[in-house]
Amino acid sequence: MEKAIEVEGLVTHYGNREVLKNLSFAIPRGLITVILGGSGCGKSTLLKHLIGLLEPTRGSIRFNGQDITVMKEEELNGIRRKMGVLFQGAALLNSMTLSDNVALPMREHTQLKESTIQIMVRMKLELVDLSGFENLYPSQLSGGMKKRAGLARAMALDPEFLFFDEPSAGLDPVTAAGLDELILKLKDVFKMTIIVVTHELPSVFMIADYVIMLDAGNAIFKGTLDELKASDNTRIRMFLERRPEREAYSQEDHFRIIAGD
Amino acid sequence: MPSIAENFLGHIGRRFIPIRKDIHDASKIINDIFYWTFLSPFKGKPIRFKASISEMVKTGYNAVPIVGIISLFVGIILALQAAYQLKRFGALIYVANLVGVSITRELGPIITAIIVSGRSGSAFAAEIGSMKAAEELDALTSMGINPVRFIVTPKLIALMVMLPVLTVFSDGIGIFGGFMLSITVLELHPYSYFQQTVNALLVKDIITGLIKAWAFAIVITTVGAYQGFKVEGGAEEVGRRTTSAVVASIFLVIVFDLFFTVLFYYFT
Repeated sequence: MEKAIEVEGLVTHYGNREVLKNLSFAIPRGLITVILGGSGCGKSTLLKHLIGLLEPTRGSIRFNGQDITVMKEEELNGIRRKMGVLFQGAALLNSMTLSDNVALPMREHTQLKESTIQIMVRMKLELVDLSGFENLYPSQLSGGMKKRAGLARAMALDPEFLFFDEPSAGLDPVTAAGLDELILKLKDVFKMTIIVVTHELPSVFMIADYVIMLDAGNAIFKGTLDELKASDNTRIRMFLERRPEREAYSQEDHFRIIAGD
Repeated sequence: MPSIAENFLGHIGRRFIPIRKDIHDASKIINDIFYWTFLSPFKGKPIRFKASISEMVKTGYNAVPIVGIISLFVGIILALQAAYQLKRFGALIYVANLVGVSITRELGPIITAIIVSGRSGSAFAAEIGSMKAAEELDALTSMGINPVRFIVTPKLIALMVMLPVLTVFSDGIGIFGGFMLSITVLELHPYSYFQQTVNALLVKDIITGLIKAWAFAIVITTVGAYQGFKVEGGAEEVGRRTTSAVVASIFLVIVFDLFFTVLFYYFT
């Protein structure tokens, strides 16, 4: 397995609270890696570190061997040009039409002629089945269409790494499955390294090649999907079998908490 | 058991730590705004010209009616108030001096700045705040586009151009308001009022007003942007920050006005 991204000893804090606790893992090139975990386990924070939006307290994140945590803004922007990110709410700029949104990275980072950019925008929108919607504003689109438009924008500069933050969140099962299929298509056609942060099990089973599972800021599992299914770790079993967490305190403690002393 | 002195110092420390963070954030934003507006264009990162024009329309052109009406009324009020005292001395013609000088040196710039704070300062904070809440700022950063350069610089350029323009417009309309009142209610002769105004006004009165307007443009944009970037939560926080943006920018406009007035009093 060739490593595309390596994370080593990543520690991060929100105030005094430690959110990620000494994470180390590698993300394989050309495959779909799913970062899995319950709500509040730190997976969105991890994603923000991977795309260089947050600076960790300690640790390194290396893209093709280059550590982005010690880079200056200019160098980091060089790496960012190789990344595409689809945010949870698609994060399209509401003041611009769909085609301007998709064209934005090209206009900012390339010297292409406007006519070429327009052709490329139409190609990207066709890729996500949004041909003909060029002149609409994000507020005129449904949730699923916004995500696909966000994906078209993420794909604008033909990135080497593609990140998805909760792609199925807020979508109905049919639309979510459509998006999963699109992710698989992107992997097969463009051979991209794809990183998906999610907690949706059906989606994980459909797209994942490699899984990293987080629990309370620790990586409790790294391996293939089959290894995940075969794991006998209690936390993983609870997650896969959708078992609720039992209260960790005794009845006496419970009484004391309710009584408030 | 901590002593009273330790408690007191601890209390000051706990109050000071968040303020220190605010000062740090504010200086970072001011630094970014100045870098991306005045330095980076010389390093091959051009200003977004079209966006600046569209901001000029929103912040400047669209503010013309309200600035016009308020300036007209203030001109009339000022002439009436001046006449109230001056007529006791039979010096009604000096209404022209008072209206002309106080509007160009003081009221034109400050009224325009307060109206623009209310219209555009709040809009900047709300726009940037909602963009932050919707992860649009993160999206820009992840595309390698600096949010300050993309969003704030066009607004700053627009206000630095349009606030002085609006101020000149406000000066003109304000003086016109005083003129209209004087030739009708006060029955002054139009030509002598005009002459009196021209004689009373110095070029430096208008220039100092414009320098103030230019500084107010920077204050209003910076405060609006700062409050917008500070939004952490959702809609409620956007509302709170928008209010703070208006209050803080009006306050700072007055503080800077005091500073420049003192400066011009001694050095012009």
